[in-house]
Amino acid sequence: MKSKSVQYSIILIFLIIFVVFYKSLKDTNIYTPDVKINNDIPIFSTELLISNDELSSTKIFETDKFYLLNIWASWCVPCRDEHPILMSLSKNNKLTIIGMNYKDNKKNAKSFLDELGNPYKKIIVDKNGTNSIEWGAFGVPETFIIYNNKIIKKYIGPLNQELLMEIQKLIK
Amino acid sequence: MKIFKAYIIIFFILLCKNLFADENSQRNEITKNLRCLICQGQSVYDSDSDFANSMKILVDKKLDQGLSEKEIYIFFKEKYGDWILYDPGLNKNTYLLWLLPILIFVFGGAIIFKRSIFKNN
Repeated sequence: MKSKSVQYSIILIFLIIFVVFYKSLKDTNIYTPDVKINNDIPIFSTELLISNDELSSTKIFETDKFYLLNIWASWCVPCRDEHPILMSLSKNNKLTIIGMNYKDNKKNAKSFLDELGNPYKKIIVDKNGTNSIEWGAFGVPETFIIYNNKIIKKYIGPLNQELLMEIQKLIK
Repeated sequence: MKIFKAYIIIFFILLCKNLFADENSQRNEITKNLRCLICQGQSVYDSDSDFANSMKILVDKKLDQGLSEKEIYIFFKEKYGDWILYDPGLNKNTYLLWLLPILIFVFGGAIIFKRSIFKNN
């Protein structure tokens, strides 16, 4: 009787070990933060890229309007890939696109926009990367959809055609 | 003379106390408990990635604003989730992590206790 219970418990232990390893070896080791939606947007004041004026975030984001905040940099290759998507979104009247220039050189940022076009209504500067942390971002590019001063959607990584359709559906 | 010498030695020892580089001690303590999202597995304190450097600046900024250590942890937890902390609190995702050692301890203790009673009998 005793030897049988020992056998069963050994089998059970191996089964548990197998399940744990099977599940955790399949999982990726790289953690991406959960996309938290319906969070209030942070309040900050920052410099604008083109006019060099200081502007408060409360003056940028009005209520009852859809905004898209895109974090980008001229040195970021995926930002170059997603730029045509932003250009086509900028034609939509219901959406205002705000850019956040992340840890970039002003001259390079301006020549990036001269080359590929400027989809942004306003571009705020994030010189030391702290503004993007306030938004909960950790790299470039990242995109936030904002409505009534709340983040309603967040995309990590470059936008693509599929996400373009999704955004257009969202703001309809 | 001996007392005078002792005073001089004590004076110099006390002088050394001010030579510690503990200017950023609170910031260092906080960043040691924050995990870097870029160099995963390293703390923000150890990492030199762009993201970690920005986090260090932001921690300084928050300390200047008068936020306490706990408030800063809550701020980062709200932005990035529990994962950002090396010392996560008790919640529905971590209860097993916190309770398992206690359960094992109680269970093991119960077995030892039972055996000792058997032996005594």
